[in-house]
Amino acid sequence: MTRDEVRQAVVSILADIAPDEDVSSIKDDVTLREQMDLDSMDFLDIVMELRKRFNVEVPESDYQQLVSMASCVQYLQPLLKDRQLAS
Amino acid sequence: MNNKVNPEQRIVITGIGLTSPNGNNLKEFRESLLTGKSGVQKFETRFMGEVLAGVCDFDALKYQKKKELRRGTRAGSVAIYCCHEAFGDAEIDLEAIDRSRVGVYLGVTEHGNVETENEVHNISKYDYDTKYWSHHHNPRTVANNPAGEVTLNMKITGPHYTIGAACAAGNMGVIQGVQMLRLGEVDLALAGGVSESIRTFGIFASFKSEGALAEHEDPTKASRPFDKQRNGIVCSEGGCVYTLERLTDAEKRGAKIYGEIVGYAANSDAFDFILPEPGRQAECMRLALNQAGLKAGDINILNAHATATQLGDIQECKALRDVFGGEKSVWINNTKSFIGHTMGAAGTLELSGNLPAFEDGLVHPTLNLDELDPECHLDNIVSGAPKQLGRVDYIMNNSFGMFGINSVIIVKRY
Repeated sequence: MTRDEVRQAVVSILADIAPDEDVSSIKDDVTLREQMDLDSMDFLDIVMELRKRFNVEVPESDYQQLVSMASCVQYLQPLLKDRQLAS
Repeated sequence: MNNKVNPEQRIVITGIGLTSPNGNNLKEFRESLLTGKSGVQKFETRFMGEVLAGVCDFDALKYQKKKELRRGTRAGSVAIYCCHEAFGDAEIDLEAIDRSRVGVYLGVTEHGNVETENEVHNISKYDYDTKYWSHHHNPRTVANNPAGEVTLNMKITGPHYTIGAACAAGNMGVIQGVQMLRLGEVDLALAGGVSESIRTFGIFASFKSEGALAEHEDPTKASRPFDKQRNGIVCSEGGCVYTLERLTDAEKRGAKIYGEIVGYAANSDAFDFILPEPGRQAECMRLALNQAGLKAGDINILNAHATATQLGDIQECKALRDVFGGEKSVWINNTKSFIGHTMGAAGTLELSGNLPAFEDGLVHPTLNLDELDPECHLDNIVSGAPKQLGRVDYIMNNSFGMFGINSVIIVKRY
């Protein structure tokens, strides 16, 4: 997966978790919580969806890496580089 | 105890919010009951394929965001819809009231089966690895879930809980609301019952294993209480919530009043897990009559529990003959012949369908009573078409459930 594809994968997860939000306008360098209505249960959903969709485990100590889109992509790209973005 | 003496102890219904398989508000529901419109249809369920069920089609997004729907439960969604509608109908403005003085009391037959079945199904796709079990399972399955979702959605900070009372739960939710108002614990009660039962295959499978799941090639004819050809229950979802308040408060704000709850009773058969016991049922009806200071003959409409199981109907009819036998002015109907068994919602929903009789004088009929089972003989069953009584003063509602929990409510014309 390229960085762009990783971003696309995260956007797709967020679209499912936060169906009332416009995910097309997420700013990469602003924290997700500042621009979307997300709580701790939602972040657990992100972790669960990464597990289900890509078999990627995010340990609790790394949850802070999911704080913004930029940090998500930075953190996940090495983990997802050999995975395919589901069609 | 006769509570009619002290006006502060008189509790009235000032709002009704409901979703039934044949209507999403009281007007639609009543119209369906007067015109013979069933709400039973074919329904796909996991592992069992096509079954018959009463399915609701209210607009869940009217009061909830998509995210709330994703996170919450069907029962929570039904409850939120009904509670908003109940306050809307009562013309209560959420912004203008003290929400710490509102109690949410919802009857449930069961809760959590749907969500647990869904998670087991979910992890079955991952070789039953429990790390795929959702973190949402706990909040979705705690027994107070439906009432709790209401408080989150409506920002109500008074007490909320559910009352588990099998198929008597809808009445028990209302009774709880009445009691809490009389105790002065709250100033407004959102009280009733909800059910998401059809979203679990287990309830269909279990009734089938008991030999008590209704079947018929025409879904609208499947639920046939008192009929010789009845063959069991149609499972349904639904919800009904009342706005309850003290008569003094209701009069002060000039509220529309549907009726006054003048009597109720609950007791237990202490007899069997599933089989009903007519002696205790009759006793429960008499307890409610005594509390209201009424004689059996004072009741104008008796809405029977009438689930259409073989034995259940026979036992209830014995109890009804015991209490009302020879009373020529008591007219009997049931609601499950239209909508099936809405479980936790049944008591409140079925009572609601009769409350407009205070205005129009009509007893809605029972459907599908083509040939009365002689063992269900009652003098005054209203069947096929509505009956005009002219004036209706008292309505009694029966709801009975497994483990022999019996509940009766009597509402008086205001």
